[in-house]
Order: sequence, then structure tokens, then C-alpha cells
Amino acid sequence: MAKATFEVPALTQYTEVPPVTPGAMAHSAPFKSREEFQIPLGFPGELVEDWQTKAIAKMGELLGKYRSLRVYMDACVKCGACTDKCHYFLGTGDPKNMPVGRQDLMRKVYRRYFTLAGKLFPKLVGAEDLTEEVLNDWYSYFHQCSQCRRCSVFCPYGIDTAEISMAAREIMDSIGVGQKYCNEIIGKVYRIGNNLGLPGPALKDTLEGLEEDVYDNTGVRVKYPIDQVGAEILLVTPSADFFAEPHVDGLVGYGKVFHEAGVSWTLSSYASEAANFGMFIGSYANMRRLAQRIREAAIQLKVKRIVFGECGHAWRVAYSFLNTLAGPWDFLDPRYPVPQHICEFTYDLIQQGRLKFDKSENDDKVLTFHDSCNVARASRMGDTPGGQFEIPRAIIRATCNHFYDMDEETIRDRTFCCGGGGGLLTDDLMELRVKGAKPRLDALNNVMQEKGVTHMAAICAICKSQFTKVLPYYGLEMDQIVSLHQLVSNAIVLTPGPDDDEDEDEDEDDMPDLDDPNEEETDEAA
Amino acid sequence: MAFLTSFYAFLFYFAAFVLVAGLARKIIQYARTPAPLKIPTTPAPTTRTGVVFRMMREVVLFESLFRGNKWTWIFGWMFHFGLFLVTLRHLRYFIEPVWFPIQLIQPFGIYGGIAMVLGLIGLWARRFLVDRVKYITAPSDHLILGLLVAIGCTGLLMKFAFHVDVVEIKHFFQGLYSYNIQPLPADPLLLLHLFLVAVLMIIFPYSKLLHAPGLFFSPTRNQVDNPRERRHIAPWARELEQS
Repeated sequence: MAKATFEVPALTQYTEVPPVTPGAMAHSAPFKSREEFQIPLGFPGELVEDWQTKAIAKMGELLGKYRSLRVYMDACVKCGACTDKCHYFLGTGDPKNMPVGRQDLMRKVYRRYFTLAGKLFPKLVGAEDLTEEVLNDWYSYFHQCSQCRRCSVFCPYGIDTAEISMAAREIMDSIGVGQKYCNEIIGKVYRIGNNLGLPGPALKDTLEGLEEDVYDNTGVRVKYPIDQVGAEILLVTPSADFFAEPHVDGLVGYGKVFHEAGVSWTLSSYASEAANFGMFIGSYANMRRLAQRIREAAIQLKVKRIVFGECGHAWRVAYSFLNTLAGPWDFLDPRYPVPQHICEFTYDLIQQGRLKFDKSENDDKVLTFHDSCNVARASRMGDTPGGQFEIPRAIIRATCNHFYDMDEETIRDRTFCCGGGGGLLTDDLMELRVKGAKPRLDALNNVMQEKGVTHMAAICAICKSQFTKVLPYYGLEMDQIVSLHQLVSNAIVLTPGPDDDEDEDEDEDDMPDLDDPNEEETDEAA
Repeated sequence: MAFLTSFYAFLFYFAAFVLVAGLARKIIQYARTPAPLKIPTTPAPTTRTGVVFRMMREVVLFESLFRGNKWTWIFGWMFHFGLFLVTLRHLRYFIEPVWFPIQLIQPFGIYGGIAMVLGLIGLWARRFLVDRVKYITAPSDHLILGLLVAIGCTGLLMKFAFHVDVVEIKHFFQGLYSYNIQPLPADPLLLLHLFLVAVLMIIFPYSKLLHAPGLFFSPTRNQVDNPRERRHIAPWARELEQS
């Protein structure tokens, strides 16, 4: 499995800051989008004529629309606090992967065209024309940012490189230079309803299979409904949850929790995707169009509440942006926040004592928890700041006997990205993904050595797919990554319904094989 | 002599105008640019009051920088707090009578001047010694540091080595308020000090010194974490809903 055409870095006990190595990742760039993927999103199919002028005009437009971009272009003093914070810099040593180095790719163009100093004294202030070479750098390095916001935690002005990467991708899309992975996927959601391109009947099949599987394993009929009009809760979850391991074990867990809560719920084949790749490409219009699908599904299915499954960037868009993009949600039950995270839902039930767990079911594992970047630094769970850290941990403690956190400096709001977020979870960026995972895996490896940790739980489809793929490069096992609700699923004690037999029948199941996800499709998970 | 005085009078009128007008322009620009999405770096305060406290910690203590890099924090905080004390000490040239707290602060202003220069030297050293910081340093970063160090050193020299007639300086600046130009002592050190300060005022609105107003407008720091409770929408985004 660990067949690499590049050198995989050796894990170290603590992540060391590498020496600056200019150009170390200059060769890394994802496949470019084609006309067929560009047009449905409202972007030109190929590099437009007069692209410099149009790109600068677009930058001017965005500077007027986004205060973040405007302020962040001006405010940086080059203090260097961010320089050793990005996992991609720590994994590659390329100075253009230092957050400030990445920002400067845009800042030098901003200074040249939008500031007096840059117009008069370009050399003095490091201003540069937008040349083809600069554009190539943009394409390469703005696709080496997973928009994880770790840099923004340490910046004295809160400069968030994600905002700048998003703007850069929006500018590039507007002149016809798009990224295939993201733009193709967004088109799939428009056409079919989810990132994986799974049509309604396939989803139905999968869910029926899950029901049989759970019945065979537990003797309890847990429902996994789809398109059920009048259900109380609409569950919106990343489409990876329908197929890939370990994602699907999480979905099994959500269903069991809903079963125990005694609420009716449904998935939607129309809004069968929690992830919103519109954010990755910085396109408000596309992000809004994707979010509107959830609103339409909620209206059509006449639900009262919306709950999101485990997905990091999705939860950012859901928690922070959904009200903006697709609100107001005044037609839903006002007693519950819109939307809710499945972890909030499960945690509330645990607090009320309504879930019974047999923790010993997870005794074959010693757990640690990976704070997904966008959950940690761009959202919240529960009523108090930091709930996004405490609630998942409380669920693990309620369902597992053995849990240890990784090094304090690599968790909570200082967590490292998995290395595959922000629209980079594609095979054409494998080197970047492997190297970018190093800081997280250093910390994981450390806690494996010192505490005997065997598994890492995650609450993000990208994290799960990414780790599954990159762990083997480092000599670790791909199944060391588990879904948080997989742990819930293992430990939960189900209450049999009236039509369940108390005795488990051990019939051979004729389930579709869930352990065999389509390799290529898995990566489009998230 | 008369020429020098007139030149400096004009220079300070001009510098003050550029500083005020330039900053006002940028602040209005920042304030008018909408922040279409809720993007506070979380965990973030859930109330306005909480945000005020978060911002105060950033402005006064440099909280994020403290978490980010201890050396930069030590030197950066020494410099800024030193500069703050020095500025308070210098208020005595600009107000009459001198307020009592400003009288009290006078000796601390001197320590502030020393701290400021030491902090700047530390920050400058990082630009040569740390390969990552060296990589991101532009010529203008060196120039601004040089400018500030020169301002600090000329000031300290006037305090400790070559005294100047501070009473006359005060008359000069007090006179500027009423367009009544009073002679400025023709002391080279003083003239250099004042010239550099005027340069600093002029470049302020056109350089990275905009980090000062910028911080207050940074959406990752000044937004309340309440997106589920309150719908946040920018005017240009609302227009999309009409279509």
C-alpha cells in the first residue's frame, strides 16, 4: 500500500520545524478543471483573453465585498508568528507553505495594483505584477492550503489564510482556471444530489441493506429512512457515510441513536450531501446554491428539525453560514438550534440519561480523538464556547473505557488538519496529503507509544478518508481511524421494538458488501 | 533659521494631515466593506461584551501572539508598551497645562524609550537570525524598523547626552495650534528626530502600520459567535435573495 513516488517523512516524537527549502513543493498542483465542469458553476471554460485585467478587476470586486480580504491584505506586519504553524509547511519546508508566504502570493499583487506604495516603489515593498508565473504559483500554492485556520489562531491580527485562499480560487475560477476535483464534485451535487453521485435508488438500496445488517447483528429493527415526508428530523450527512468505511459505521450509529430517542427522522435523496464545496472555491453563489438544496428538502419533507452528520467543513457551513445562506428557518421547531450536530443530539440524550451503553463493547480499543480543523476553529457545539471540544470527548468517555488525548499543543483549537481538507482530498495531490499529515501523525504516533492508543476517532468525512489513505504510508493501519458514532454504535444498548424477536437469529446475511468501497470514489467522500 | 522653522512647521502640518486623512480614509473603507459571513476564530465569545474583552486582550496583551511565538511576543510587547509610555511622556509638549497623570508618567517614559529600542533590536535580529522570518522580510520591513530605531535612539540621545531646549520645542508645537510659528531650536539631533517622526506619520496610512486600525476590523476577532441565533447577511448577499 505504501508505494510512494516521493520520500515519506519519518515520524518524530515531536514535530520539528524544518529549515526553509524554497521550491520544495513547486511541482505540486491539482488537475485543472475542464469546460464541462466549469460551465455548470457559472465559470468560463478556459483561460479567458485579457485574463490579467479581468483577474485584477475580480480582486477589486472581492476587496469591496469581503472585509476580511481587505483588512488582511493590509494588516500583516511579517512578524513570523504563523510561519511554523501550517501542517503543509511543517511537512514540506516550502516557504510558500508558510501562511504568510502563501498570503504574500496575493499580497504582492494587491500591493502592486491597489496601494500607493506598491505602485510607486514595487521593489521596496515586495509588490509584483500578475504575470503568468505568479498565476502558476497561485494555482499551485492556493491548492496547498486546506483552509484549516490554524494560522489564524496565532496571528496577532487574526489574519485567516483560508479567506485569502478562497478569494484566490474565486479569482482563478472567474478567469477560467478552476480545479477539477472541487468543480466536478459541485456539478455532481447539482445533477444528482451528492458528492459521490449516488442516485436515489442506490441510496435506498444501501439503507435497506443497513437495516438488515443492524437487525442481523442486534435483533432490533432500526430504521434508516429516506425521503419520508412528515418525519420530525432531516438528517443531512456527508455522502461518504453511505458507502465508505469507517464512515458508514457512523451512519449506523446515528440511526441507533435516533431509534433510542424515539424520534422519526429521514434522509433526503435531493439533499443527500452535507459537504458544501462551494466554500472551498470561495464562491458565495455556489455555496448558497448548494445550501438552498437543504432548505428545499426541509420544506418538501415537512420536517421540524435539521441534524448534520459527522463532517468538518460541512459543519462549518452548517453552523456558521446556513442561517445566512438559506435562512431564516422560522418554519422549523424554534425549541432547537438550526442546524444541530449529531454530537449535540447524542450528547443531550446522554445528559438526560436516555441512552444506555455497554462500554466493554469498545474494550478492544484504546482511543484518542482528532479535533477536525473546521469544527474546532470555525464552529461550535452546545451553548458554551469550546463545546466543540468537550461534547465529542464526553461522548467517547460515555462509550469507551480507554481514552487519552494527544499532546495539548496539537488538539482543540491548536489541532492539526488531517492534511486533506479544503478541497485537496484528491489523488493528484497525494504527496501533499501524505506530507501534510505528518504533524497530526507525529502526535498520534506519540500517544500510541506512550499510552498504547490503538484507534483515533474523528468526526469528519474528509479526515476519515484522508487518514484511511495516508496512514499506510507511515506504516500505520488504515482501520485505526474510526467514526465517533461508530463507538456509539458499538456500545449502545438497543431497546427492542414490538416486532423484534428477543432471540437474535443468526441467519447468514445477504448484505451488499460494505467493506468494498469504490477506491476512486472514496476520496470524493467528504 | 527661519527657513528651518518654516520647513518644519509645514512638514508637521502636512504629516498630521496625511496621517489623519489617510487613516480616516482607510477606517471608512474598512467600516464600509461588509463581512458577508460569520468567521470568528472559535472558540469565540457569544456576546458583544465578550468580544470587547477578547479585543482588549489582543490590543493590550497581544494574546494570540503570546500563543504563537514567545520571542516575538516579548520583543513586540516591549516595543509597543515602551512606545506607549514614550508617547504619553511626549504629551507634555502638546498640552498646557500638563495633566497630572502625564506628570506622573514622565520617568516611566524614559524606561519606555529604552524598552522600545531594545524590543526593536530584538525584532530586527529575528529578521536576520530566523530563516523563516528572513524569507518573508521585504526591504520596507527593514526600513520601518530602522526608522523606529533611529527615532528612539535620537530621542534617547537628547535625553542622556545632548540636551536640547525643551521649552522652545514646546513653544514651537503650541504655536502650530494657532498658526503662530515659533522658532525651533536648530539642534541637528532634534531636527533629525522630528524629521523621522514626520516621515513615520506620513507612511503610516500607506504601510503595514495599518495593522493598528486593522486589528479592530478583523472579522475573526471582532465577530460574536451567534450565527444560529441571529441571521447575519450582507447587503450584497441580500440582493441575491431577490432574484
